[in-house]
Amino acid sequence: MKKQLIDFIITSTVMQTPSCGLIALKPINDTLPEIVPGQFVELSIDAVMLRRPISVCDVDYENNILFLLVRNAGKGTSRLLHLPVGSKVNIMLPLGNGFSTNGISFKPGVRTLLVGGGVGTAPMLYLGKKLKENGATVTFLTGAKSSAELLLVDAMKKVAPVAITTDDGSEGDKGFVVNSGIWNQPWDHVYCCGPSPMMKAVAALCKEKQVPCEVSLENMMACGLGACLCCVEKTVRGNVCVCSEGPVFDIKDLTW
Amino acid sequence: MVDLNVKIGELELKNPVMTASGTFGYGSEFADFIDLNRLGGFVVKGTTLHHREGNDYPRMAETPMGMLNAVGLQNKGVDYFINHIYPEIKDIDSQIIVNVSGASVADYVAVAEKIATLDKINAIEVNISCPNVKQGGMAFGTTTSGASEVTKAIRQVYPKTLIVKLSPNVTDITEIARAVESEGADSVSLINTLLGMAVDVERQRPILSTVTGGLSGPAVKPVAVRMVWQVSHAVKIPVIGLGGISCGADAMEFILAGASAIQVGTANFFNPRVTMEIIDYLADYCKRHGVCSINELIGALKV
Repeated sequence: MKKQLIDFIITSTVMQTPSCGLIALKPINDTLPEIVPGQFVELSIDAVMLRRPISVCDVDYENNILFLLVRNAGKGTSRLLHLPVGSKVNIMLPLGNGFSTNGISFKPGVRTLLVGGGVGTAPMLYLGKKLKENGATVTFLTGAKSSAELLLVDAMKKVAPVAITTDDGSEGDKGFVVNSGIWNQPWDHVYCCGPSPMMKAVAALCKEKQVPCEVSLENMMACGLGACLCCVEKTVRGNVCVCSEGPVFDIKDLTW
Repeated sequence: MVDLNVKIGELELKNPVMTASGTFGYGSEFADFIDLNRLGGFVVKGTTLHHREGNDYPRMAETPMGMLNAVGLQNKGVDYFINHIYPEIKDIDSQIIVNVSGASVADYVAVAEKIATLDKINAIEVNISCPNVKQGGMAFGTTTSGASEVTKAIRQVYPKTLIVKLSPNVTDITEIARAVESEGADSVSLINTLLGMAVDVERQRPILSTVTGGLSGPAVKPVAVRMVWQVSHAVKIPVIGLGGISCGADAMEFILAGASAIQVGTANFFNPRVTMEIIDYLADYCKRHGVCSINELIGALKV
């Protein structure tokens, strides 16, 4: 998949919670390249030197729109969320490997559970759509601190059932995603993205249940291309770049 | 037609624009964005005698107009380079320069001897300035005796163009430059990263796993230009300038200050096409200023 540098225009930014916004972007001249769920993009933002890596939340090929769910995590993402509609943003894409959505284990009806924590819910929407297209049975599980901080629930509900956990019990099951009752059901494949402690807990649970599990990591990056070797994660084959050999890893490859 | 050719020792570059070691992988990472054949040269990732895993994560911290890194020379070792990477890149129509690192003089010599056997590699850059390894690296580059010792030993086994990459973390960089020149270096490249540190105040911990790391990016450029200017007046061998170059005008600053060629590092991370833009700028600059060859502008600073 050839990586490209494309100028986009922001067509809308809709805040979902006080700190997270869904940004819609349209390429100025080009059409969107093919993007695999779980891949990410790097945006050039004038307030900071390095590009900011953001996971692809959804892609609307019909209308040529890229959706990114962005959490205000500092100077760069704050500026991005405050850019007015019509602003031009240069984006490098598509980057990374993405989740596996077909192949030998994907017989029709394969039972997949897509687990997102906080802004880590972002890649699950597009992943769910693709898996459903490929004939999988999709269930979302999303967790947040409270009901007010849940993300993408309505959008996900249009695709498949959504199970919810909140730390304070204000919606869904009380506790973390691993405390959800949904784990009592049998699963063939689990996908997970969220804060590191959450992914480690999900990975441990999947190991115990002997369910294959893929996680998407978000180590701090500089180049996004596998050149600078800054974003490395320890794996069974040594330190590897999350940007180029990930961000998605089979938990069997990690040293967790 | 403007002539952008420059010479570094016996090494002929089609233009003065190279990429800096550790910022450009082995070239292929950038092949979707630029024509590698247009580069004057590219310096591949620091290569050591044996495989190195590098330092623990986190290895990077962004700072105002710059970044700290503490990668720690992660690479698969010189034999892997020769057997697996060299065959893939040797036919690129550009000068490939191998950056050589070691923990001891014997390590440097062993790597240089192996690289010397490769037909398509006409130069090495000896890294005596890496701030992120416990042994060797910068330890050799911060004393005239250490720098001389490594240069002398490599000169005895490496007949092609020998570039020594200098550390800015010294009191007087011209002393080190003169020391390696007198031991037979064909060129010096400068600057490697400046030793720096960043703190996560909420966690009250250093951001980098190694506590300190190397600062690069636009923030270091004025320091680098100053050092290139000083060194180019102190030695007769050509100087390769690097440190924060992010556009054509930045490159021109180094050339006017005395650099015969330049390297682009951190800017590759935020603008993967930057090297092509710089080459175009240099050709245009020569035209605008009515010079036929970029060589007329090397050290042409009017003071």
